[in-house]
Amino acid sequence: MKKRQNVTIKGTKDGIVLHLDDSCSYEELKKELDEKLSANQSTHTERHLTPVKVDVGNRYLNDAQREEIKNLIRQKKNLVVDDIESYVVTREEADKLKAENEVVTVARIIRSGQVLEVPGDLLLIGDVNPGGTVIAGGNIFIMGSLKGIAHAGVFGNDQAVITASSMQPSQLRIHDCINRAPDKAQNKEKREMECAYIDDNHQIIIDRLQVLINLRPNLNRFEGGH
Amino acid sequence: MGEAIVITSGKGGVGKTTTSANIGTALALQGKKVCLVDTDIGLRNLDVVMGLENRIIYDLVDVVEGRCKIHQALVKDKRFEDLLYLLPAAQTVDKSAVKPEQMHKLINELKQDYDYIIIDCPAGIEQGFQNAIAGADRAIVVTTPEVSAVRDADRIIGLLEKANTIESPKLVINRIRNHMMKSGDMLDVDEITAHLSIELIGIVADDEEVIKASNHGEPIALNPNSKASIAYRNIARRILGESIPLQPLEDTNKSVFGKIKKFFGVR
Repeated sequence: MKKRQNVTIKGTKDGIVLHLDDSCSYEELKKELDEKLSANQSTHTERHLTPVKVDVGNRYLNDAQREEIKNLIRQKKNLVVDDIESYVVTREEADKLKAENEVVTVARIIRSGQVLEVPGDLLLIGDVNPGGTVIAGGNIFIMGSLKGIAHAGVFGNDQAVITASSMQPSQLRIHDCINRAPDKAQNKEKREMECAYIDDNHQIIIDRLQVLINLRPNLNRFEGGH
Repeated sequence: MGEAIVITSGKGGVGKTTTSANIGTALALQGKKVCLVDTDIGLRNLDVVMGLENRIIYDLVDVVEGRCKIHQALVKDKRFEDLLYLLPAAQTVDKSAVKPEQMHKLINELKQDYDYIIIDCPAGIEQGFQNAIAGADRAIVVTTPEVSAVRDADRIIGLLEKANTIESPKLVINRIRNHMMKSGDMLDVDEITAHLSIELIGIVADDEEVIKASNHGEPIALNPNSKASIAYRNIARRILGESIPLQPLEDTNKSVFGKIKKFFGVR
């Protein structure tokens, strides 16, 4: 009986998928992948690059191995790796991913000189006083008043938003954009229920909270229901 | 076992020393055994305000370094029968002469013999501040109705909360000028309290009598006829757990009083 194949190529409606078996050794896999792609050389004649997905099943690939597989496939054919899918992530990666997608709830007043930093979204139940700073990798939602500095999307997310029940910040920062309060205190209108986001001109805009519903539909995490 | 209360503010010149002297005096008037501790080493002046400067023989640093016993360094206030004492700060060295652990030990020893230890904290957030709060159980934050003082008070409250050996600090708003507050040129009491969101324990009007009394080495709290004196006495009674409404700043002015009453009504 012929040995079970470690590398299978399948065409699906999403494009070509390379299934790499997860029960053989990595070296074996590499060898077979190399052979298989070389053997089929003649059948492919198109010039343009074809994106493929690679499914490695329950095998964990570190960054170097991922790069190696990608290079291997790229060299042999007009194929370019779109994505490598693996069911396995390390604990560290999982924690990081979780932290970045988590809403951290904090019930505290951030006072002058204090800095609160979270990797994901921040839900602050309390105020940010002048001189206080809140920093988040994702969005910042402040239930109280924002009088200090808020920095959302600190790792480069320019879709991040800042909302506050009372918006009187000394500075707003989203990703690499900075906006500060006018030097002269303007008319004492109450700035209630407002949000800040980066618009198409790469400027921080402050507007009614409700505009986010259309501008940032991805804030919705609610699934199902009516 | 007594309680140690640190009087602090962050910013200088808002009236920490005056507040310490008067709260201490007012507590002694209530019959409590009080020890005032000046931790502003190098820039002492609680002794001057209390009028006890001439009697200092040993100081806090002498005690900490073992050159004398605690009771030798304590200066007794003759105006009170064995109720009010002062542990003066040293004047010749600076704040680094004492470590927080040493302060903690010292305050704990004093707590055996006194009902209340009032610790006068230096301005700033450096070692002197760390020393002052080391042994404290409670804290009173003094501020004035100025943006800079309120900002520093906010910072100090943050640091006190971080220390978390101290129960939630209480607020004293000092040097209130009624007409300015009324005209909106000064932050008003509600605004400050809402901003700092800690419990208000007293308000003291700006009173020339306070300065006069300090310069004579007699805390204003000894004078029963002054508004400021009554304010300090009320603070002392609130420390003792009595529930006393805030005094009106001026009888002629109903609006601020009304506001304050409203504020407490809402609370």
